[in-house]
Amino acid sequence: MSGPNTDYDPVEVTPLKSEEVEAMREAALAAVAAAADLDALKQVRLDHAGDRSPLALANREIGALPPQARKEAGQRVGQARGAINQAIAARQVVLEAEHEERMLADETVDVSLPTTRRRRGGRHPLTLQSELIADLFVAMGYEVAEGPVVEAEWLNFDALNLGPDHPARTMQDTFWTEPADHHVVLRTQTSPVQARTMLTRKPPIYVVCPGRVFRTDEYDATHSPMFHQVEGLVVDEGITMAHLKGTLDHFASQLFGDGITTRFRPSYFPFTEPSAEVDVKCFVCRGTGVDAGGSDACRTCRGEGWIEWGGCGVVNPRVLVACGVDPEVYSGFAFGMGIDRSFMFRHNLEDLRPLFEGDVRFSSAFGTEI
Amino acid sequence: MKAPLSWILDHVDVPEGTTTDDITDRLTLTGLKLEAVESPGRDITGPLVVGRVLTMEPEPQKNGKTINWCTVDVGDANGTGQPQGIVCGAHNFAPGDLVVTVLPGGVLPGGFEISARKTYGHVSAGMICSAAELGLGEDHDGIIVLPADAGTPGEDVRPLLGLDEETIEFEINPDRAYALSIRGIAREVLVSVECASGFRDPALRDTPAANAEGHPVVVEDAEGCPVFVARTVTGFDPAAPTPDFMVRRITAAGMRPISLAVDVTNYVMLETGRPIHGYDADKVQGALVVRRARDGERLTTLDGTDRTLDPGDLVVTDDSGIIGLGGVMGGETTEISGTTTSILVEAAHWDAVSMFRTGRRHKITSEAGKRNERGVDPTICEAAADRVVELLVEHGGAQAHPGVTVVGSAPAIAPVEVPGDLAARVSGMDITEQRSVECLRAIGCDVTGSGTLSVTPPPWRPDLTDAQDFSEEVIRLVGYDLVPSVLPTPPSGRGLTRSQQLRRRVGRTLAGEGFVEVVTFPFIGTEDLDALGLAADDPRRDLLRLSNPLSAEAGYMTTTLLPGVLRAAGKNVGHGNTDLAIFETGTVTLPRHAGPAAILPVDRRPSEEEFAALDAALPAQPLHLAVVAAGDAVAGGWWGEARPVAWSDAVDAVRSVADALGLEVTASAVELAPWHPGRCAELSVDGEVVGHAGEVHPKVCDTFGLPRRTVAAEIDLDLLIARAVHLRQAPTFSSYPVAKEDVALVVDASVPAADVESALREGAGELLESIRLFDVYTGEQVGEGKKSLAFALRFRAPDRTLKEGESAAARDAAMALAAERTGAVQRA
Ligand SMILES: [Zn+2]
Repeated sequence: MSGPNTDYDPVEVTPLKSEEVEAMREAALAAVAAAADLDALKQVRLDHAGDRSPLALANREIGALPPQARKEAGQRVGQARGAINQAIAARQVVLEAEHEERMLADETVDVSLPTTRRRRGGRHPLTLQSELIADLFVAMGYEVAEGPVVEAEWLNFDALNLGPDHPARTMQDTFWTEPADHHVVLRTQTSPVQARTMLTRKPPIYVVCPGRVFRTDEYDATHSPMFHQVEGLVVDEGITMAHLKGTLDHFASQLFGDGITTRFRPSYFPFTEPSAEVDVKCFVCRGTGVDAGGSDACRTCRGEGWIEWGGCGVVNPRVLVACGVDPEVYSGFAFGMGIDRSFMFRHNLEDLRPLFEGDVRFSSAFGTEI
Repeated sequence: MKAPLSWILDHVDVPEGTTTDDITDRLTLTGLKLEAVESPGRDITGPLVVGRVLTMEPEPQKNGKTINWCTVDVGDANGTGQPQGIVCGAHNFAPGDLVVTVLPGGVLPGGFEISARKTYGHVSAGMICSAAELGLGEDHDGIIVLPADAGTPGEDVRPLLGLDEETIEFEINPDRAYALSIRGIAREVLVSVECASGFRDPALRDTPAANAEGHPVVVEDAEGCPVFVARTVTGFDPAAPTPDFMVRRITAAGMRPISLAVDVTNYVMLETGRPIHGYDADKVQGALVVRRARDGERLTTLDGTDRTLDPGDLVVTDDSGIIGLGGVMGGETTEISGTTTSILVEAAHWDAVSMFRTGRRHKITSEAGKRNERGVDPTICEAAADRVVELLVEHGGAQAHPGVTVVGSAPAIAPVEVPGDLAARVSGMDITEQRSVECLRAIGCDVTGSGTLSVTPPPWRPDLTDAQDFSEEVIRLVGYDLVPSVLPTPPSGRGLTRSQQLRRRVGRTLAGEGFVEVVTFPFIGTEDLDALGLAADDPRRDLLRLSNPLSAEAGYMTTTLLPGVLRAAGKNVGHGNTDLAIFETGTVTLPRHAGPAAILPVDRRPSEEEFAALDAALPAQPLHLAVVAAGDAVAGGWWGEARPVAWSDAVDAVRSVADALGLEVTASAVELAPWHPGRCAELSVDGEVVGHAGEVHPKVCDTFGLPRRTVAAEIDLDLLIARAVHLRQAPTFSSYPVAKEDVALVVDASVPAADVESALREGAGELLESIRLFDVYTGEQVGEGKKSLAFALRFRAPDRTLKEGESAAARDAAMALAAERTGAVQRA
């Protein structure tokens, strides 16, 4: 649109005619809308908004107009260019979003591909079982005591009321070391740790000692020259068999499940008096002796409803004396269980040998938790 | 101990309706644990009856065998009353004999089901049984022929053969030696089973008084043999058979019937618990003398073994010399044989400790020794000998010689003071003094007094010596099953020790790094160390030897975990698990060659010095860690190539453990077996060597069945844990910009990168924040025998932005020091 042109004879500049500007603007906007991708839009920008675009060229003509007409023409061209740039920017956003979407779609992977480049490690189930048991007792306030596996004969036997001619020494097939007159053995039980504990701590004593022990048993499905035991020892004022029973009931329920209790049977161990065998209620059939089908004998407990778990008793006063504890003031209880054995029936392992074969398939199956 | 139920019930009565289970349940709860209940006919079901053979027709077969086609009268047992046609392959019978017949529908041991079946052209409707077919032992002549008066056809044969007789097997603890006898078990039934009564003691009998007519006996060692009773029978018929009941009971008790004379002594031992020895009286020359053996004396025992005796062994001699190891085993020269007609019966009480030592020394385990070393009632020697004489007279046609020799007497038993409330205090149960006294009397104790009881144990309970022993007796009779369940209240504990926590941390770290834990035995042979290629003077060859290893190849305690883990690794590779990373933690045994570990007294606490000396006498037992990795460390896959394990993986495994403990490990080259001489790192922390890591020597790989390039490490974990950083300080960071400088240095190939790095680190000064070796190059560009090391250095000041040129100057200083120390020149 041209403004009033009264006292000046205007020079006619065709490109700046309002119809022309309007046409250029329309053409540019159409081209922007038609740009299908960012490359096309780039071309549109060059064609319609660049230095050589018709509007840019038209803009250069403004100086040729008479001064009074310049402003109007400038406004006209400026508005058109602004509208075009805006359209390009808007289109740019749309096309970029489209482009990104397409690009991400192109990057789709098969997420079901295998991802494991490195093997998973794992800890030995007996280590885990030992730690689990230790933790149960630590939670009750016990501490974990330790001692050497190559042990003084006196600590493994004599201090525990197993004198040199005690028949019970033949019950435990001991590995002796040379020279024989040095009286050094591979400990046959974790009990020497009891003696060590009493010799180095003052009551009250509440400890558990998990560890390796050795017997001269030929290696087969149910025997191993090396196995693991956990021993418990409490020495305090007024300790009774009832405390022993309470502790083992708690231990059993923590390890095997709620409601799993223990049963005592009279037994004989030189270091305890009275002594008891501990049976734990079968956690598979829950003491019924019958399998889940209701007809056959439970395989875990062989139909007995109870599983032999370990030995225990009230610490023999002779042991207290040898270890420097006054039996007139203190009494105590002790218990010992096979960790391997507990593991075997807890995890349904019938042959113990995989525990010591070092086959990674075995340990790996347990990972880092049992 | 296997005890036929009928034998037990000969000596005690249980109420009507009491089942075997009732008895064994109670005995198990009071201390005689049931092992098994057996009966010979346990696996036999269905009709098993007396049959009378009516006819038998021998029929030769094409295969050369002859079978008998028999008709057998089985009464009404077959439902028809008609004779039963049965094919039988045995020939040791004749028409008219009574035989054991199983009819169709019966099942014999082994699940052998009997049915009428066609065989050899007949329908055989059943079977005539042999002892083996009934599970009763070996066959001698064929089928069982019953005595003519055994029964009538059709009658159930089970009771006749004792097939239903139950035998209870008990586990007997060492303190219950008295229960190694029917006498002891019957007494336990009496005190354990509700309303049991009428105990008839087999050792309670009138015996003839000692006189001078008996065989002369001199006991020179009264401590070793406090009581010696000798009786004699003459006119014994050596051919007299052992009566069936005795054979059955001895067999059921797990002993082998031999001859009447021997069977009788065993029978009386089982019945009373008192081992008896029988001599062929005609072969005994002169007086029996009991003494200790002298050095160098020898004896051939009944088992045919020629033994050199020890001065600790108790022996019985006659004029000919030693004729027996007292209480353990007799000698050959006076052994009862098939022609013996006079028997000298010895019932002696022997010192239990001597019995135990002799048995162990000569590796003799016998039923007699088992009882003698655990302790037998010393008061029943006369009764037991008299019972033997009675049975020999009754079943062997012998005459009892009037002579009765009794030397010595049972030692007196001192009473023990037992607090009346001890059982209550020990058990935590409400047990009154009155109840305690009742229980103690029930087991045969003599109890007087109140408050503090004076308790004399019965002579068959030598195990009861301490007050607390008696509390167990009371509590077991009151019932272990009634002990209440009460949790004690420990004082607050301190949890796991730091070392215990750190060991767990090490295991978790390695598992996180992909290693799988294994547990192996710590036994080793010198061949294992040879396999590692250890030098002759390697300290790991100093081994603690086992006196009694399970095998000669594993005769020592190991000083290194490597053989165990390498063997485990080899096994895994053998199973096809060729990409592998395992670890083991365990103690090793390093001898200190210190003096003996004293056998200290037990009536007092050892002194601190004595206790410390015990520990000092033991070998050092540090906790070691070993790792082995083989095959690929990173698997190949769609992501790219596999990365095989390298020596550096072994070093890095140790570094990951050290990191977990807050420690830094430095590595330096060393030559040590079993590693590759050019690929072994000695690992140190704070200047102390903690272990080694690297590539395993190819020969060692071959020996253990491992692929070449397998890597391994072993460290002393105790050393590492002792140094673990306990309290870590909070770090401070600079927020000023970092300046990076890279340098490439050429050094001789033999110069360790760590030396170059430490020179750079030192030369760079305080502004250096970190240094990282990012490339190692060898090749033409740097020349023969040289390598190029490229390091990335980062500089930063804590309090300001570095000025232009400041980091470059520090870099130049670093390079200058590296040049001076290691001859490094900047790579062109
Ligand atoms: Zn069960």
